[in-house]
Amino acid sequence: MKTAVIVFPGSNCDRDMAVALEQVTGKAPAMIWHRESELPEGVDFIALPGGFSYGDYLRCGAISARSPIITAVKAAADRGVRVLGVCNGFQVLTEAGMLPGALMRNATMNFICRDVSLTVANNNSDFTRLYQAGEQVNFPVAHHDGNFNADADTLDRLEGEGRVAFRYTTPINGAARDIAGILSEKRNVLGMMPHPERMIEPAHGGNDGRRLFESVLAAL
Amino acid sequence: MKTRIYVTLKNGVLDPQGKAIHHALEGLGFGGVNDVRAGKLIELDLDDSVTTADIERMCQQLLANTVIENFRIEPVAG
Repeated sequence: MKTAVIVFPGSNCDRDMAVALEQVTGKAPAMIWHRESELPEGVDFIALPGGFSYGDYLRCGAISARSPIITAVKAAADRGVRVLGVCNGFQVLTEAGMLPGALMRNATMNFICRDVSLTVANNNSDFTRLYQAGEQVNFPVAHHDGNFNADADTLDRLEGEGRVAFRYTTPINGAARDIAGILSEKRNVLGMMPHPERMIEPAHGGNDGRRLFESVLAAL
Repeated sequence: MKTRIYVTLKNGVLDPQGKAIHHALEGLGFGGVNDVRAGKLIELDLDDSVTTADIERMCQQLLANTVIENFRIEPVAG
């Protein structure tokens, strides 16, 4: 599996993502600076990492979503390449219009940094296939703006089409319908606030995140 | 030519920042504040060649996230 991690100014989980991808695939990902306009030939999986790109100026992910590389990421997603956006990466995907809704300031106004329980809401995707539907997993979160928001029609559509991949088992940040992660219409783009790449070996306190990457590997 | 862009949250969208400001005002003893909504003011210094339609596109494509925000364009006299 050929993987790439997009690096924005202010990304800070890009190396965590690279370690996770290398552990699971046996091959280091290509690290792609956001000013690039092309992705490596034949890339199978693109990760947009967490962090505080551009210092969260204007809106979280807003400026990164207009980076030159995003045009290439969109084109790749249209071809069916799997794209994962974690935390700031999720914010970039919504700002780029690749996923619906928006991530707003946590309803509690707190920065939340801890492990949380998630429920696998849908395992019918290349990212979640190795989980059981309804299974509870523990992933860390570290965000100030993870409060997923969309209009009622969009939320109904996401739920009706089985595009909610993960929910918070108990509400943490005010996200509509406890949504923690959503899939694109073609199910090859996943955006989520919790960090699977920080839960891949026992030293992390668990390895529930590992199966997400193994699911993608198994799908290819 | 200067133009101001006011970006505000749509009605019904929860504004935790506005709520925190509201609480702080109450903490200072200011009564009679029914609600607080926080927004952004972006000031653009533009060439005369930039049209209103151009500014509209700037707002649509970057300055506001129309999923959650409204924007208002206001030319500044002088």
